Parts: sequence; C-alpha cells; structure tokens
Amino acid sequence: MNLSEQQIERYSRHIILPEVGGKGQERLLAGKVLLVGAGGLGSPAGLYLAAAGVGTIGIMDADVVDLSNLQRQVAHATPDVGRPKVESAAEKFRAINPDVSVRTYRERLTADNALDILRDYDFVIDGTDNFAAKFLVADACHFAGKPYSHAGILKFDGQLLTVLPGRTACYRCVFKAPPPTGAVPSCSQAGVLGVLAGVVGTLQATEAIKFLLGKGELLTDKLLVYDALGANFRKVPLRRNPKCPLCGEAPAITELRAEAAPVCACKPGEVCPV
Amino acid sequence: MKLTINGAVKEAPDALSVTGLLEHRQVKMPDMVTVELNGVILERGDFGTTVLQDGDRVEFLYFMGGGRE
Ligand SMILES: [Zn+2]
Repeated sequence: MNLSEQQIERYSRHIILPEVGGKGQERLLAGKVLLVGAGGLGSPAGLYLAAAGVGTIGIMDADVVDLSNLQRQVAHATPDVGRPKVESAAEKFRAINPDVSVRTYRERLTADNALDILRDYDFVIDGTDNFAAKFLVADACHFAGKPYSHAGILKFDGQLLTVLPGRTACYRCVFKAPPPTGAVPSCSQAGVLGVLAGVVGTLQATEAIKFLLGKGELLTDKLLVYDALGANFRKVPLRRNPKCPLCGEAPAITELRAEAAPVCACKPGEVCPV
Repeated sequence: MKLTINGAVKEAPDALSVTGLLEHRQVKMPDMVTVELNGVILERGDFGTTVLQDGDRVEFLYFMGGGRE
C-alpha cells in the first residue's frame, strides 16, 4: 500500500511519530475493527478509529437513536433521533474519513451470527449495553480467537480489560457468569455520567490502535478501573483463572451459545432508553 | 490486621474470613462481588473458609454493564 499525498497530509501527526510512521499508518489502513454496539462506548471509539484511518470499521447495532441517547452517544445528533444507529454512526465515520470502509450490521450479536461476522475482523470492541451481550462477545471472541476490549460503565465509574483469547485473562476469568437480571443496576436505572462513555470508549479505541500497530503494552491481564469522582485510575492485576468456565483447565463452555435472552426493562411499544 | 482493599490500606479484625470481610466492609450485594486475593480470583464457595492474613491484598471487583438491564 502506498500512501497518497492527501493521506500523508491527513495522517501527518501519526506519521511523524516514530512508533507509527508510514508503515504503522499503513497497518492501520489495513486494519479491521468491529464495534459491537454503536452507543455510548462505540460512538467515541468509532469516531477516533475513523479519524485514525482504521481502514475497515464494522458497526453492529439493532437499535434506533433515542433522545435519551444523545447525552453520551456522540456519534448521533438530534436530527438522527429515530434513525437506525448503524446508519447514523456510519454517516459520521464516513464524513470524518472517506478512507474508511464502514460496514453496517443492523442486528444484535447472536450465537448464530457471531462467528461468521467476527471472522473478518482483527479486533473487537465490546460496546454492548447488557450483560448477556457482554458475555456473548467474550465467548464469541474466545471461540473465534479474536482479541477484544471489554468495557463497562455505570454512574461515575468505568472499567476495561483487553483480552487475547487463550493467552491472557478473559472476562469470564473474573466474572464467571452474568448476574441475575435486575441484580445489578443499569445506567437507565442508576444513571451514568455521559462523559464516562467518552473516556472509556476512547481507551478502547487506543487499545485497538495499539494492537493494530503492534506497539506498546496492551491492557491485558489487568482491569483498568476509572473512578471519575475520585479522579483515579487503578490497574488491578489479573491472571488467567484455571477454573475459568471458558478458558480454564476444564471449561464448562465448549461451544458458543446464548447465555440468557436479552432482557429489556422497557414496556412493549416503548423505545429502549439505552 | 491491615489489609490493602482496592488499593487502600484498611484496618480489619484479625482472623476474618472473606465472607466476614464483606460484612465488615458492608459491601452491598456481596453475592455480586468477585473477590481477588493476592492476585488470585477466589471461588465463591471458598469465601467462608478463606481466612485473611495481615498484609493481604484484596480486590472487590464489580459488574459494570451499560445502558440496559
Ligand atoms: Zn478465562
């Protein structure tokens, strides 16, 4: 791949970095990242990946933009209310950078479609909004052998973990199974500071970019916990759990299956306030 | 004894089990907390029988989801 003059100008602040350079920029342009969820985390992650010139970005989301999303889901704007999130996000990503090929999947990740879709990508960003989906992303990436960035946000806190399946501690090494429905409050019940999605989502994008570049130290075998009120970042060291039901010595999970039906607190006919 | 809990040094009664510590620290929804002791994730079934020692590093890790559920 040869960078055009326009590309050399567009990516000049990357190219000047010895750790990136022209070669690194070409790696980004050849890179393929899947965003599972185009909401709070997927929006900032995708905007920065597009700006960075990650050549292929997949966006997977079944929902439409709701007014209550706009407090944090920065890929969507007021005129997008009611539009499919994948359409709205794809438009923004393409507008930032026409180098990027954006693929949209207006569906949920399921045990049936996951492996087919993941196959085409180098790195997966978990920007899902519920535990069943988070566990499904973790399981699907394990069976597809795809590295991923897990993240969660709630109230004033966020946390994330990068996983290289079979090599570093996975989501299930720490959290074995989804909590019972309703046991852990959601952002729609408990609230979330909108900017947290930006902090954590851009950290996820940083992990994807470092992975594609092959530079630096990934957030593997450690959970990064961010406490916005305390202005505190902590890294909790993790190691692979031999009793992990997914990647342990005698795993209980040997094939991809749905952990639990997606649960939605909305009444029929209501738009999900995600 | 002194324990390092989520990065901060805290005083706790001697010979406390992990279950005892969850009560002592008044951890909300203890059934939902993952406990890591000195870098190792504990099995929930071992919380009652695992006795903490001075200087132990304990991490309480919480589920953090997203918009829904
Ligand atoms: Zn594991």
